[in-house]
Amino acid sequence: MGIEIEQPCVELSNIATSETHGENSPYFAGWKAYDENPYHELTNPSGVIQMGLAENQVSFDLLEKYLEEHSEASTWGKGAPGFRENALFQDYHGLQSFRTAMASFMEQIRGGRAKFDPARVVLTAGATAANELLTFILANPGDALLVPTPYYPGFDRDLRWRTGVNIVPIHCDSSNNFQITLEALEAAYKEAEAMNFKVRGVLITNPSNPLGITIQRSVLEDLFDFVTRKNIHLVSDEIYSGSVFSATEFTSVAEILEARKYKEAERVHIVYSLSKDLGLPGFRVGTIYSYNDKVVTTARRMSSFTLISSQTQHLLASMLSNEEFTQNYIETNRVRLRKRYKMIIEGLRSAGIEYLEGNAGLFCWMNLSPLLEEPTREGELKLWDAVLHEVKLNISPGCSCRCDEPGWFRVCFANMSEQTLEIALKRIRKFMERIRTQKK
Amino acid sequence: MKLLSTKATCNTHGQDSSYFLGWEEYEKNPYDEIVNPKGIIQMGLAENQLSFDLLESWLAKNPDVPGFKRDNKSIFRELALFQDYHGLPSFKKALVDFMAEIRGNKVAFDPNHIVLTAGATSANETLMFCLAEPGEAFLLPTPYYPGFDRDLKWRTGVEIVPIQCNSSNNFQITKSALHQAHEQAKKQNLRVKGVLVTNPSNPLGTTMSRGKLDLLLDFIKDKDMHLISDEIYSGTVFSSPGFVSVMEVLKERTHNLKDSDDTAQIRDRVHVVYSLSKDLGLPGFRVGAIYSENDTVVAAATKMSSFGLVSSQTQYLLSAMLGDKKFTKNYISENQKRLKRRQRMLVSGLRKAGIGCLKTNNAGLFCWVDMRHLLRSNTFEAEMELWKKILYKVGLNISPGSSCHCTEPGWFRVCFANMSEDTLNLAMKRLKAFVGDSRVEGSCSSSSSIRAQSSGSGTSARKSLSKWVFRLSSREQEER
Repeated sequence: MGIEIEQPCVELSNIATSETHGENSPYFAGWKAYDENPYHELTNPSGVIQMGLAENQVSFDLLEKYLEEHSEASTWGKGAPGFRENALFQDYHGLQSFRTAMASFMEQIRGGRAKFDPARVVLTAGATAANELLTFILANPGDALLVPTPYYPGFDRDLRWRTGVNIVPIHCDSSNNFQITLEALEAAYKEAEAMNFKVRGVLITNPSNPLGITIQRSVLEDLFDFVTRKNIHLVSDEIYSGSVFSATEFTSVAEILEARKYKEAERVHIVYSLSKDLGLPGFRVGTIYSYNDKVVTTARRMSSFTLISSQTQHLLASMLSNEEFTQNYIETNRVRLRKRYKMIIEGLRSAGIEYLEGNAGLFCWMNLSPLLEEPTREGELKLWDAVLHEVKLNISPGCSCRCDEPGWFRVCFANMSEQTLEIALKRIRKFMERIRTQKK
Repeated sequence: MKLLSTKATCNTHGQDSSYFLGWEEYEKNPYDEIVNPKGIIQMGLAENQLSFDLLESWLAKNPDVPGFKRDNKSIFRELALFQDYHGLPSFKKALVDFMAEIRGNKVAFDPNHIVLTAGATSANETLMFCLAEPGEAFLLPTPYYPGFDRDLKWRTGVEIVPIQCNSSNNFQITKSALHQAHEQAKKQNLRVKGVLVTNPSNPLGTTMSRGKLDLLLDFIKDKDMHLISDEIYSGTVFSSPGFVSVMEVLKERTHNLKDSDDTAQIRDRVHVVYSLSKDLGLPGFRVGAIYSENDTVVAAATKMSSFGLVSSQTQYLLSAMLGDKKFTKNYISENQKRLKRRQRMLVSGLRKAGIGCLKTNNAGLFCWVDMRHLLRSNTFEAEMELWKKILYKVGLNISPGSSCHCTEPGWFRVCFANMSEDTLNLAMKRLKAFVGDSRVEGSCSSSSSIRAQSSGSGTSARKSLSKWVFRLSSREQEER
């Protein structure tokens, strides 16, 4: 055997080798456990039920029906006359018809209470791309965005990884149903300053993930005043706006701006996507709607790195410009999600579990803190592990969402059939009974 | 206020370059056979429009596929929900098979080593994020695709240091040019992380020889660097010497015992970029890929692809199309035949106008054309002057070499695959007339002046679509 020559290790970037992609968090570990032992009604009835995936599977039949009745949307019609033009279309302005349809859909979701100009719609391959792109545009490496906790675990990657931007949490807690307060905002701003981070903006998710509630109008007003005072941006991720259980309970930041006649609007940017409301995460359809011309122009250019397939734009332009379809979809989807939500909270109630009174989203924010051995992150992870391996449910622990209070979990209800949800709730009830008997 | 980041306010996106003026002028006054026959002919767009009929006939034979059906069952839900950044396995398999087929099956690609991205634009940027820190550099041979200035540098903060190539040897990379570039980087205090080449080359339209690929591999081994080979034009090679991929050379070196140790060292540092935008003519579908045997790069790039995934709808369509081996075999060879024929047309048309082009042109969707003899002086000012004349007086939008960072004035990239034969012939006729007039009248030619029509005819031209020329809706058109 020859002498071993040490192989020079040609370096990769810090970004490539860092852990800032965040994929070693428990949020992702649960997925793994599910993948290894997935529940199936017939073939694996004792497998892990996936309740950690915020997907909307309750309204696919409506989409399928539309496609059956409008095959030209997916096949470019007989003889495919539109195929060439579609295949060649790589203009980062996006298909005009699609942008217009998207703006109109966003208006309909908000019950016509806000107007959207198609010229301000920038298309990106998913909200993941939209959030990262906005961060690149609004902040420099080393700067900070303030984000209320608990928040979507993916933000740690989307907002920070390649951008080098920091997230400073706006701490929210159960004392007031996790609402954002002015005190918390100011405290977060000061915290950022103390760490020598220049604050560039506040990023909210409304309706909130993981809380499943819409942000109150008064809080939005306060937020807007805050960012104006500090001369920073406001990004409102409204990807769950179509998943509000009641038509009147959602206030978009767009409505606030309209009421104020668009004064100071150039600091506001809305992120939207069809992944949740339409249940199409695989199609990669996201958008940035900005009231700032420079942001629109720059975002458009940057979207070159993340354009939506023109094939998909063509399909959705057809679907979303059909008002009969969209009106029916929005309403039906709302009703079905409300029904699912009622199911899950009844189930949780009968199991003696407390939860945050929600009105939107694809999940419920439940409080298992009474079950913790110790009121700490470790205690929470231990409970999460037990739920994963004993109860065989993958739910998301609050610590993965940076929640300050241990014991809260996000449990999804729209990514499975009603039967599966019933089984999951049964398992939860049994688990809670077992715990109660053990305690006795 | 409304402070934006440095990235947002800088000009590294490159879109203010005069290069885009040509696009704007074309958009204002686009040629149309019927309604605007004196308009500007777009020859600056490297699109492949020659083989759509083959795709269309496949679609006609397989209507279920775009209709979300597989074996007569609807798979719409499954696809709509599929957002796994590992990509659709059937698509990855079909894609790597296609890549192998293009390379005459002399190399095989492992689907587990491929990362799907929304276009090669995304793939190239992603590789920069993976391989270099802000402030570090990559060496690129000139002339190169203008979009690289944005794709490689803008958000990554990576610098490009040019490897100067010139016409004395048909713009091939030389050892001394490589070393000179490396020295230059050192002088600028830039740490070089690798070399990026486009093979076949844009804008040259030539393939790299085995010898040159070996040279590159020796260089990166010696300097502890990466090599990125952007092979997005690999399916457009239409004549000899044929396409040799860097993967093929690596494979050969592995089998050659003398080199195999060295090669084991560098296998981890060679990364290939591919896309279906050129070979298949599908730029709108955003299908790009990174191929690497470096597991860490694949892992990091896969996670990064979250920011630019390929639509599952599109992955499924193409998994079926590229999985049809009868189709791909025919497509690859027919497409090459048509490209060859088209290139010959352009070359002979140019010759009739007394204009030559790179004689080693054997690939791509364009010719690298020599107009040095038409320059008033051997300067880039003169090149711009000539370019503007050709744009406004001749009515052809072609790409000036300076926009590709060419060191010698007078070279232009002229595309041939994005228009009909008739349009190409017309373009050549115009050019011939211009050159003829130029000789008679000196540097100024008024008789072949094709002034922009009033916006009226321009707008109606935009509304009607002639058979072959596609009017794209915006002036800020992406180009490759």
